[in-house]
Amino acid sequence: MRLSRRRTLTLGMAGAAIAMLPVPGGADAAQDDDLIARFTGGAETVSGPLTMDAPSVAENGASVTISVECPGAVSIRVLALANPTPVICTFTFGPLSGSHRVSTRIRLAESQEVIALARMEDGSFAEARAHVSVTLGGCT
Amino acid sequence: MNEIDARPRLRVPSQAARDEVVQIRALITHPMENGSRVGPDGAVVPRHIIHRFLCTFNDQKVLDMDIGPSISANPYLEFDARVPASGRFYFEWYDDNGAIYRESASIEVT
Repeated sequence: MRLSRRRTLTLGMAGAAIAMLPVPGGADAAQDDDLIARFTGGAETVSGPLTMDAPSVAENGASVTISVECPGAVSIRVLALANPTPVICTFTFGPLSGSHRVSTRIRLAESQEVIALARMEDGSFAEARAHVSVTLGGCT
Repeated sequence: MNEIDARPRLRVPSQAARDEVVQIRALITHPMENGSRVGPDGAVVPRHIIHRFLCTFNDQKVLDMDIGPSISANPYLEFDARVPASGRFYFEWYDDNGAIYRESASIEVT
């Protein structure tokens, strides 16, 4: 490949742009990815089939009502990565599960993004996130 | 203090049409001590939670839930179940101390 003057310049600028990008993930992000991968096995997740309802503002972090719904899901895991114990719960649906919809109350230590992951019948994974601002952190 | 006054409370309809999806509400009184709280004596209060909930209907699974310490005190659940025939729902809560709290509710298909 012959390097023209124009091509050399373009390459140099592309390289500079990549160098300026933030390094994806520090130690925390790596741990977060690990917690997600423990459920998904590192598979890609799609958004869409899984929906999560959570309040955008929760006054009391000791009791935050959330609900998740995912038709066609085998199981759903809920994570709060800023909690001391980030895995909140895992629902596994049986043959008599009506709508694959569950609502429960969770503790949130601080404002954060709550993550729901669903394993679908075909082995694929879905994901939904909702940011909850917590006024008074729940004792988790 | 390992004994807990855990009282289940259920709301299950008593009747349904065949294959109707009904809503179930289940609550159990329990402190859900998460194991990171410091008590009045300055010592960490050991973890003591309900770590699993199971709902079945006529020996078929409806919902199985693995529970962590981040579930609120007095765990509350609202979920749906499809009712293929008359029968009985069984609910079980598994306590860290080995106890299993059981409750049931019958439903008649009309």
